Amino acid sequence: MATSLAAPAANLALQLEGVRKAFDRTLVLKDIDLAVAPHEVVCLIGASGSGKSTLLRCVNLLEEIDQGRISFFGEEISATTIDVNRLRRQIGIVFQSFNLFPHMTVLQNLTLAPIRVLRKSRPEAEAEADALLSRFGLLEKRREYPDRLSGGQQQRAAIARALAMQPRLMLLDEVTSALDPELVAEVLNVIRSLARAGMTMIIATHEMGFARDIANRVCFLDGGVILEQGPPEQLFRQPHEERTKRFLQSLTEAGRL
Amino acid sequence: MTSDPGRFDDSPLLVAGGPPSNSLGGGRRHSKLQGRRAVAVSVASSVVLLGVLAALFFFAPGSAQVRQTFFNIPDARTAFLGDPRGGIFSELDALLINIELFLTAEVLILILAMVIALIRQLTGPVTFPLRMIAIAYTDFFRGVPLLLVVYAIGFGVPALNLAGVSTQPVWVYGLAALVLSYSAYVSEVYRAGIDSVHPSQVAAARSLGLSHGQAMRSVVIPQAVRRVIPPLLNDFISLQKDTALVAVLGIIEVNRAAGIVSSTDFNYTGYTVGAFLFLLLTVPMARFTDWLIARDRRRRQAGVAH
Repeated sequence: MATSLAAPAANLALQLEGVRKAFDRTLVLKDIDLAVAPHEVVCLIGASGSGKSTLLRCVNLLEEIDQGRISFFGEEISATTIDVNRLRRQIGIVFQSFNLFPHMTVLQNLTLAPIRVLRKSRPEAEAEADALLSRFGLLEKRREYPDRLSGGQQQRAAIARALAMQPRLMLLDEVTSALDPELVAEVLNVIRSLARAGMTMIIATHEMGFARDIANRVCFLDGGVILEQGPPEQLFRQPHEERTKRFLQSLTEAGRL
Repeated sequence: MTSDPGRFDDSPLLVAGGPPSNSLGGGRRHSKLQGRRAVAVSVASSVVLLGVLAALFFFAPGSAQVRQTFFNIPDARTAFLGDPRGGIFSELDALLINIELFLTAEVLILILAMVIALIRQLTGPVTFPLRMIAIAYTDFFRGVPLLLVVYAIGFGVPALNLAGVSTQPVWVYGLAALVLSYSAYVSEVYRAGIDSVHPSQVAAARSLGLSHGQAMRSVVIPQAVRRVIPPLLNDFISLQKDTALVAVLGIIEVNRAAGIVSSTDFNYTGYTVGAFLFLLLTVPMARFTDWLIARDRRRRQAGVAH
């Protein structure tokens, strides 16, 4: 299957071709095609269970795909011979539930991978971590343990932890869904600053205002397929597909759009 | 009402003695009075219970004989201090053997059990035989009584006449039996701890590029070990008294020394002394374990990191 495809495009940050993923017998991703250019911000929207999270986890190789091909800057990463650890250094992922390491301070959370994986010296890793923490307004929390932080602070720390590996692509998986409403803005602002700095990102989100604001392109996922995609203005104002309309309609009724 | 539900649980021994003080809203004097009353009641009920037990013991038809056979003061003295001329070993000295045994065993058990737990955590077809061996090991040594393991190793291994292996001092075989048996239990304790760390922690570590081994070492194991310290210490309390089982190999530890005293004096007081000595070891450990559990719970409730 993969051999019949043309060589992956090197000018794309990420390219998914016919990606299929099933859990047991449930098909979660049905032949997904998606191309992401460098510095592009792509938002994935859609109901829970539409496949947004699975798509991100497949890109990070946390899930193995059943069919198709994923390429990262022209390199086929879905091949079984790929060194997943090497690849994951370049792709950061941030989870809905933060997943900070509770037994480590914020600083240790940020320096663990740079020291262990990139073999950086402790002073170097800590200096870089401090720079990230001060950028995200967390410098005074560097010696605190995660459960002393608010949800918003924890999520900002988790984003900083992923950035400490200097990834070329960031995957954000509903990073504000577990936050109290008043803490959402501080996390979204951090992501906005990343977008301004030119970070390539794929963002699964339920924050439509944010998606409209930050995305170069919005993809609507439904039942494991990208049903519709386009610039945010077009997709939110004049969706072509009936199901996209219904999804946006239901959000409007819930007061979330 | 801002009463703290954790307060009573934290110090089970002090429930009666620890007055709820001002935790009950406005009625401070009232609760102080209640506290005093609780102390009085608990003292009274303890006195009554102990009195009944003492009466049972002292007024039993065979009481005098039991006291003579189990609680003989001069014999207790001999058992404690030993009597070199009479060929009687001091149980206090013998206790050092038990202490050495369990301290050495604990270190080795912590290591071996972790190796087994980690092997059982491996995935992939290549490591299948290793996993099978680890499972068979835990099944076997948890299933066979420790006493039989002591016999098998203490008498079986020397009989093999293997160079080096079969010519060790006897305590080595006793130690080996304890380590083999307890590592099976402790590896399960570790494994429960490892399983209790949420998979999302592994996902987070792996997503940063850490290998499986690095994720285990830096993220999973530290969290797992912290969680299993109380059950681990519980197993070690059990280990402390099971050091008595190596007596069957002829090692003169407390249990064996007590046996010698008893068969020399035709009196069981030596065993009573032995029991007392074991309690000296195990009770502090048990209190320490409870204290750790209570501290952990307090921290969890306060939301403070370890």
